Amino acid sequence: MEIRIRKGADLPVAGAVADSGDAPVKVASRFVALVPDDFEGLTLKVDVQAGQAVKAGTPLMHCKANASVKVVSPVDGVVAEVVRGERRKVLRVVIDTEGTATADAPATAAAAAVETPQAATPEALKLAQSGLLVMVRQLPYDIVPDPSVMPRDIFVTAFDSAPLAGAWKFGPDDKARFDAAVDFLGKATHGKVYISRRDAVQMPDIAGAEMVDVRGPHPAGLPSVQVANIKPVNKGETVWMLDAYTLLKIGSLAQGKPVSWEQPVAVTGSCLRRPYIAQCVPGTAIGTLVKADNINEADAALHRRVISGNILTGHAVGEDGFLRYPYTQVTVIPEGDDSDEFMGWASFSPKKMSMSPSFPGFFLKRLFKPDARVRGGRRAMIMSGIYENLIPMDIMPEFLIKAIRSGNIDDMEKLGIYEVTPADFALAEYADSSKLPLQAIVRGGLDLMRKETE
Amino acid sequence: MKALRKALDRVKPHFEDGGKLHAFHSVYDGIETFLYTPRTVAAMDGVHVHDAIDSKRTMIIVVLALLPCFLFGCYNCGYQHWLAAGETTFPFFSLFFYGLLSILPMVVVTYVVGLGIEFIVAQWRREEIQEGFLVTGLILPMICPIDTPLWMVAVATAFAVVFAKEVFGGTGYNIVNIALTARAFLFFAYPSKMSGDKAFIATDPIGTWAPAVPDGFTCATPLGEVATSTSASYPFDVFHGAGGQAIDAWQAFVGLIPGSFGETSTLCILIGAAILLFTRIGDWRIMLSVVAGALAMGALSNALATPAYPGTMVPFYDQLLLGGLLFGAVFMATDPVTACRTNTGKYIYGAFIGIVAVIIRNYNTGYPEGAMLAILLANVLAPLIDWCVVQANVSRRMRRLVAIEKKED
Repeated sequence: MEIRIRKGADLPVAGAVADSGDAPVKVASRFVALVPDDFEGLTLKVDVQAGQAVKAGTPLMHCKANASVKVVSPVDGVVAEVVRGERRKVLRVVIDTEGTATADAPATAAAAAVETPQAATPEALKLAQSGLLVMVRQLPYDIVPDPSVMPRDIFVTAFDSAPLAGAWKFGPDDKARFDAAVDFLGKATHGKVYISRRDAVQMPDIAGAEMVDVRGPHPAGLPSVQVANIKPVNKGETVWMLDAYTLLKIGSLAQGKPVSWEQPVAVTGSCLRRPYIAQCVPGTAIGTLVKADNINEADAALHRRVISGNILTGHAVGEDGFLRYPYTQVTVIPEGDDSDEFMGWASFSPKKMSMSPSFPGFFLKRLFKPDARVRGGRRAMIMSGIYENLIPMDIMPEFLIKAIRSGNIDDMEKLGIYEVTPADFALAEYADSSKLPLQAIVRGGLDLMRKETE
Repeated sequence: MKALRKALDRVKPHFEDGGKLHAFHSVYDGIETFLYTPRTVAAMDGVHVHDAIDSKRTMIIVVLALLPCFLFGCYNCGYQHWLAAGETTFPFFSLFFYGLLSILPMVVVTYVVGLGIEFIVAQWRREEIQEGFLVTGLILPMICPIDTPLWMVAVATAFAVVFAKEVFGGTGYNIVNIALTARAFLFFAYPSKMSGDKAFIATDPIGTWAPAVPDGFTCATPLGEVATSTSASYPFDVFHGAGGQAIDAWQAFVGLIPGSFGETSTLCILIGAAILLFTRIGDWRIMLSVVAGALAMGALSNALATPAYPGTMVPFYDQLLLGGLLFGAVFMATDPVTACRTNTGKYIYGAFIGIVAVIIRNYNTGYPEGAMLAILLANVLAPLIDWCVVQANVSRRMRRLVAIEKKED
């Protein structure tokens, strides 16, 4: 099967990893942290306390609504700290890989262990308990799936089309695990397991899965875009979406082997001297991935923005932050709040990245070094057609956004809110001359919809 | 430039809350963001990099696209005045400055009134000043007859900005085009000054250096002549310029004909259209479909030509050379806020404007030009057209769902 994505854009940003064929650089940090906010849709309870020893695979948190759904530690170590913010909200659970245990597991953990399994299939239950289900997302709502609902289909993406994303490459060595995983997931769904890839070189054929060759620019690599173009989600249906690295881990689980949490992470961005591919676990400290000696001399004195993820959908975590979901990329760009630009709206500077032919940069075949400035004031929606040209789905994005902003549940449903994720709107948010925070708006709409219908 | 930045930073505290000039905060903010790109950076979550384009640049490009028409208007205004005075030599710079001096008070009045209201409302709502009026304030004088009294312009601008824009929530929320609302207000409130044969030639001598136009001078626009004509042959042998001379198609194309200040020159409008299309700020679908609609309706009325409606005998291709239709198609029908927002809707919306404008021109001799009313009507209908287009998408989704439910049953 082949699909062609016709709308979208590949942003010409500098700072990609040179395709040298080098093996990923193993990176291990002393502290590793997991952030509950990464697991959208779950209210998590912490099962551990500071000083307690944990192994890779030990549950750190469980879902309040369904105790079978766990978030597990990716490393052996000792819980260093459970960081809480306002109203005791858990911000992150930090693990010290070199610490020594000083406490036992709290009594609440034992209570959580006595759970009533709520899952549609034994496979779903196994996924939930292994801590792998929280790496999967479902449509509708772009949240961690509810294991008690059997998905219509499962969509795996084997490539990332986001700006500066690493080139994912899977070979014959991975095939056994992929086979096991597809077999395993096949039992967890009514329908098929789809694997989207660029071509057969990058990702081999897997028996039992429907292989989909995807052409076209970003957001071709987003699973939600692939779903919309392969078999769209309707009201009442659920599909699961995951990436091929998670699929590999599910393969280990299916084979009964210990799950290796390490995966390649592209460390990229225009501020870096040598962008590279690291091999590390989720929650690795950013400071060990982005070392000071890897920052360009010119950028060393400037404010920088360290993003866990890509420039479209990532989180700005700072140099003292931790690698956050989906654990595949880090991007370092100039912040830009320390520079002044005189009459920027009149500029004809070829250094400006834009999708508008009113900037000379539009015509230049070059890579840009954009910073994090918004470059304009927020306005009402003025220009039309911009969102439509960047979102390759059969929806009316502008009208959906309007329905969300006016809180109109009926219209949101009619206009296809069940089919979208915030990331689908990222390119539109980038290009919008009115500078509207589209991803935040869509997230708000999804949350409202879920609250109203559940 | 450092000094300017420092000066801005120095006076900034006065304009912030508690400062003695805080009532002018929006004005300060407007000037500061005009001079310097704000340092605001993206939120911690969401897109971290934004496109360099913003609302200011968009609006400025529209202003830039209007400039050829504006500059030509200055020249043509002087040219028509010289013709009316019976001159036979046409000194370029005198003509140009005569026109510039004639239009400048109107431009100043629209900007002072319009931006004044904009600043007050922005301050009151604690919002940033929006740049939409930059375009409106330039378009309005260009689509008015040159001799419109300034107080009328001021009243119309205030009416349009308050009742067509601010009451709806400001730029981006208005339903009808602001400049056209002001123009329509003038047209219906002061009809004697807005059409007919006394309005379109500047007769004010402006000092003694420009030639004087005889008292009681009249000169209709070509469309005005069509509406009152009894001749049976067209196109151009019935049209007369300000000097009483015949007008040919080339003059109409270049724009050396009587008419509203900025909309006579088809050539300059095409230059403006090229700028808007090249930068993708004007929508080609709308421009194309307005033109197609006007040509189709013109051809149809040619086929059914009757002397009762002299307009029906004007060859359809001349519809584009005369009046304000092309100007409206390029600069006002394409206003993204009031136009249709779906791609399919844009074709329907544009064709509607072209057809209705020519219907009004040809079949309503009371209104020699129909572009204004056609665009305003289309503005009002645009949400309905969009609704229908969106419903098509919604029902497609519904059909998909129903098909699945049937399969399961």
